[in-house]
Amino acid sequence: MISDLLSNLNWGHYNYWIIIVLMMVGLYAVIARGNLIKKIVGLNIFQTSVFMLYISLGKVDGGTAPILEEGLTRPFSNPLPHVLILTAIVVGIATTALALALVLRIKAVYGTIEEDELEEADNKTEAEEAQLAADILGADDNRGGAH
Amino acid sequence: MASPEIILAAAEAGHIVTAAAGTHVGTHGATHHEAPGLLDIIRNNLPALQVLVPLTLAPLITLLNNRNLSWLLAMVGTSVSLLIAVVLTTQVLDGSVISYALGNWAPPLGIELRVDAANALVLLIVAAIGTCAAIYARPSVDKELGMTEQPLFYTAFLLCFSGLLGVTITGDAFNLFVFLEISSLSTYALVAMGAKQDRRALNAAYNYLILGTVGATFYVIGLGLAYMMTGTLNMADLAQRLPDLMGSGTLWVAFGFITIGLATKLAMFPLHFWLPNAYTYAPSVVTGFLAATATKVAVYALIRFIFTVFGADFAVEAQLFGKVLLPLGLIGIIAGSLVAIWQVNAKRILAFSSVAQIGYMLVGLGLMSLTGLTATMLHMFNHALMKGALFFALGAVMWKLGGVTLDKMRGAGKLMPWTMAAFVGGGLSLVGVPTTVGFISKWYLLNAAFEREWYWLIAILLITSLMAAVYMWRVFEVAYLRPAPEGVQKGEAPLLLLIPTWALVLANFWFGLNATTTVNLAETAARGLLGLTGGAN
Amino acid sequence: MISMSFDLAIALSLIIPVVGTILIGMSGDRPNQRETVTLLTAISLFAVTLWLLPQVAAGARPEVSFFEVLPGMPLKFVIEPLGMLFATIASGLWIVNSIYAIGYMRNTGEVNHTRFFMCFPISIGAALGMAYAGNLFTLFIFYEVLTLSTYPLVAHRETEEAKKGARIYLGVLLTTSIGLLLPAIIATYMLTGTTDFTAGGILADHVSPTTATILLALFMFGIGKAALMPFHKWLPSAMVAPTPVSSVLHAVAVVKAGVFSVLKIGIYIFGIDYLADADLTFWLQAVSAFTLVTASIIALTKDNLKARLAYSTISQLAYVVFGLSLATAAGFMGGSLQIAMHAVGKITLFYFAGAIYVAHHKTEVSQLNGLGRKMPLSFIAYTIGALSIIGLPPFGGAWPKFVLMEGAVDAGQPLLIAVLIISSLLNIAYLLPITVRGFFLKPDGEDTPAPFSWDGVKEAPFMVLAPLCFTAFLCFVMFFAVDAVEGLIAPILN
Repeated sequence: MISDLLSNLNWGHYNYWIIIVLMMVGLYAVIARGNLIKKIVGLNIFQTSVFMLYISLGKVDGGTAPILEEGLTRPFSNPLPHVLILTAIVVGIATTALALALVLRIKAVYGTIEEDELEEADNKTEAEEAQLAADILGADDNRGGAH
Repeated sequence: MASPEIILAAAEAGHIVTAAAGTHVGTHGATHHEAPGLLDIIRNNLPALQVLVPLTLAPLITLLNNRNLSWLLAMVGTSVSLLIAVVLTTQVLDGSVISYALGNWAPPLGIELRVDAANALVLLIVAAIGTCAAIYARPSVDKELGMTEQPLFYTAFLLCFSGLLGVTITGDAFNLFVFLEISSLSTYALVAMGAKQDRRALNAAYNYLILGTVGATFYVIGLGLAYMMTGTLNMADLAQRLPDLMGSGTLWVAFGFITIGLATKLAMFPLHFWLPNAYTYAPSVVTGFLAATATKVAVYALIRFIFTVFGADFAVEAQLFGKVLLPLGLIGIIAGSLVAIWQVNAKRILAFSSVAQIGYMLVGLGLMSLTGLTATMLHMFNHALMKGALFFALGAVMWKLGGVTLDKMRGAGKLMPWTMAAFVGGGLSLVGVPTTVGFISKWYLLNAAFEREWYWLIAILLITSLMAAVYMWRVFEVAYLRPAPEGVQKGEAPLLLLIPTWALVLANFWFGLNATTTVNLAETAARGLLGLTGGAN
Repeated sequence: MISMSFDLAIALSLIIPVVGTILIGMSGDRPNQRETVTLLTAISLFAVTLWLLPQVAAGARPEVSFFEVLPGMPLKFVIEPLGMLFATIASGLWIVNSIYAIGYMRNTGEVNHTRFFMCFPISIGAALGMAYAGNLFTLFIFYEVLTLSTYPLVAHRETEEAKKGARIYLGVLLTTSIGLLLPAIIATYMLTGTTDFTAGGILADHVSPTTATILLALFMFGIGKAALMPFHKWLPSAMVAPTPVSSVLHAVAVVKAGVFSVLKIGIYIFGIDYLADADLTFWLQAVSAFTLVTASIIALTKDNLKARLAYSTISQLAYVVFGLSLATAAGFMGGSLQIAMHAVGKITLFYFAGAIYVAHHKTEVSQLNGLGRKMPLSFIAYTIGALSIIGLPPFGGAWPKFVLMEGAVDAGQPLLIAVLIISSLLNIAYLLPITVRGFFLKPDGEDTPAPFSWDGVKEAPFMVLAPLCFTAFLCFVMFFAVDAVEGLIAPILN
């Protein structure tokens, strides 16, 4: 059964396989890794897979680099995906830079960049807040709330 | 792997698209009959100016690095955009479409900016709320972010503003991604600025960043696949080519990725987890601005893709409405309303309420009718007014009382009567009391549900309205029926905070009593999206 | 001098309350000025209503559409006799109540007077808006405004008890209006294409009898202000409010708005003939009869005077719904008469409750023994009001009962007369003991009652006592005014 499945798959489009693997690795890192930096790394891997998707889409069989020059007779690869990906790479860089800046600040303020520790700290704050609110509002009620 | 033929075919098709798209198309761009006057240049390039004015002012603010100038420039940027948005809206009220070629490069190879009734509505929302936010920002930012580094705030604000406008006005799918990321990145930075008041803003911003970037990347994947099949990125051109490729499995996948990507941005359940924290811990002016605009723009983008690019038939075949939008919208409404009741932080209550309200918009889509789509477009406008007013009022409370947890808001009704009156006004609108915009939205949603004879939906909508009354009433009671804590002076927030808030509250009532204009605009938009001819009655 | 026209009159009816509220708000720190504004607002509003009354009685049907809120849904006002009746009662009794409220608030140490007096004009304005509403949409708008504007009045004392009572008040009214009334209105709109009040009803040819029955149920229970069981809980809960609130709002404005809406929808959306022909109201007869009797029985068990009066109100309101459920002209007339007569009678009873609180700080029926010697005028006024509610001539309340009995016979349900008689007996049982206790029983702690002397009399202050006596007198006057009321309403029933 599996061998049938495997033989039916089109190994010629190996670029898609690589892309999918990278995508899944990246997403896994984002979701499963608790360290904030590792999440960013995962995000980058994920984005890289997308870049490769576009670029591989643009490749033409037997095509040369899409640079305009005199006497160009050979087919050339599609330049548009390259352009799109340049934009996307820049966006990715900006995102990574912003994310790293946030991580720096988080480290400075919280002292840790592990997700579970951060969550614990935040939950603690939230619980304290809720308790405080409940106490004050409850005390009010007991006083009768009279003017 | 694409072949060169597709590129050439796209170039040829370019002419057909520009001519065929829309009932009335005016191709704008600087023409060369005689030397055009300045006013003509401006008028011809309005769509581009809509985005460019705030976009160019943003780095200027950082360069000038002056606290007062940055606020001034922010106000200039937003109000000019508002003016442009109003002018553009008047031009498309009758159902026509404005097509603008950026840099005079003809679509579909060049980037096109398109304005029709649907995105004119959204442009208006973003520009109006942005202007209010810019005026509002001064005292709020002074209090919450301190006196230094304010230019950075205003820069990020204007970038976000222009990004949102760009998403709305563009007719090119990849351009949408670029603007989407411009607005999102600046949003992450803006949310993180709330760390001065509450350090949890940093985590909120980080999580928003991760989830938002994954969403945007999903969108890019979907777009890549669609590009691979059709060879074009222009939305109108895609719309022309996609029907021929209907059976393709790649297109289903593309559609799926794009939908999920945008769903992340618009906080559809279960991709909404970033929203409560981001809204709660961001600075007040940021929350007010974002709650009223960011998710609406994402909803608009989704609508644009569903109806204009892929076409309603495709979506129906994909069972998008019945199996995705409707159930997830409903869960969002119920879950959002339920969770909101138990919160102790007023901003958090409103954040979960926003999740519920976005659910209403999705349900309107899921109803698959003209009335349903009209209700969604209408609710985008109305909800912006409601949440803008509510969050701005809370920002004023924050300014005076230092926090918006229920214990800090005790007696706020007596300490800050005007502010809390504004909050009550917005709250009544949220509940859907007649004479407010909230009622108008509910009326249309209920009408749409009635048309389909989905009585269970009517019941759910009404029950969740009552839940909205419950969680709003918690705040009202604490503010009005409890004594203020000892030692707090009575005193209102500054005028710069009150005036934009009250402008939005009065707009709630004005458009609640005079809904004809907004309803007509929404209906024209809906008709345009569904491809029905004729403007609204 | 601006000449009065219908448009102007209707506009004024809405503007005067708003202006009054603003002026009252601005006079916050000058009590005498504030009270004067209250009285002037009430008087000018009544004047406008009086200007309209004879013309509507003569057959005029002023109609004004102000603007379209939604495409196809204008804010529309049409004055017809039933609305005119309600408006006259509401605005007339409001003057009396303003005087009473001023007297009460100043003599009981209540606080937050400004907020209190600001909410009244809005509430009465909303009631008038409902009275003059020309379509369901307008009616609904003002219905909700009335609920919201009376909430601060109910929660006024801000004690835990008050907050809880106000929460129940708001909860029940909003749940019924948003959950039942709004869908009914939308359904009507979707089924018939309009929400206009039209003579003869709009539903007859558009819906099947089953749908009509469901719609009727949604309407009747959706109008929570009519306090039909099981949605009656808000009424006793609202008794935590100061008595001026209970008196005008819960004897006159809020509850009357509810039963007024019931009658208005019955006759202008459904139509008496349609109700009778399609036999849509048989279940309503049972529900209203049940409410009638049960509420009276509960009233018997209540020692707190205001609670007793609250359940009495629930019972008396059911008379109106009962009248509609008979689906005959006489039944409808009886219901309309009940709106007028009960308002005057009940307000007397509530004024009495407030008077004994102000003068002697008594709230329970069992505390009233022998009090009649100290407050003879109040108790006499109370007795008059009670007799009117019970339905004995020569007081106004006799007429609704009589006409309703006539209506029951017309409807071919003579057994329902038994319901009316039982309820009258129950009314006697829970209302008259107060008179008996006051005049004929010894006060606790005294073995032999002191002989009566005018020196021992300690009535409530003048501003509290005068309205009480006035409304009692009105009960008597209304007995003779029945022809005028019948003449006003009769044209609708042709």
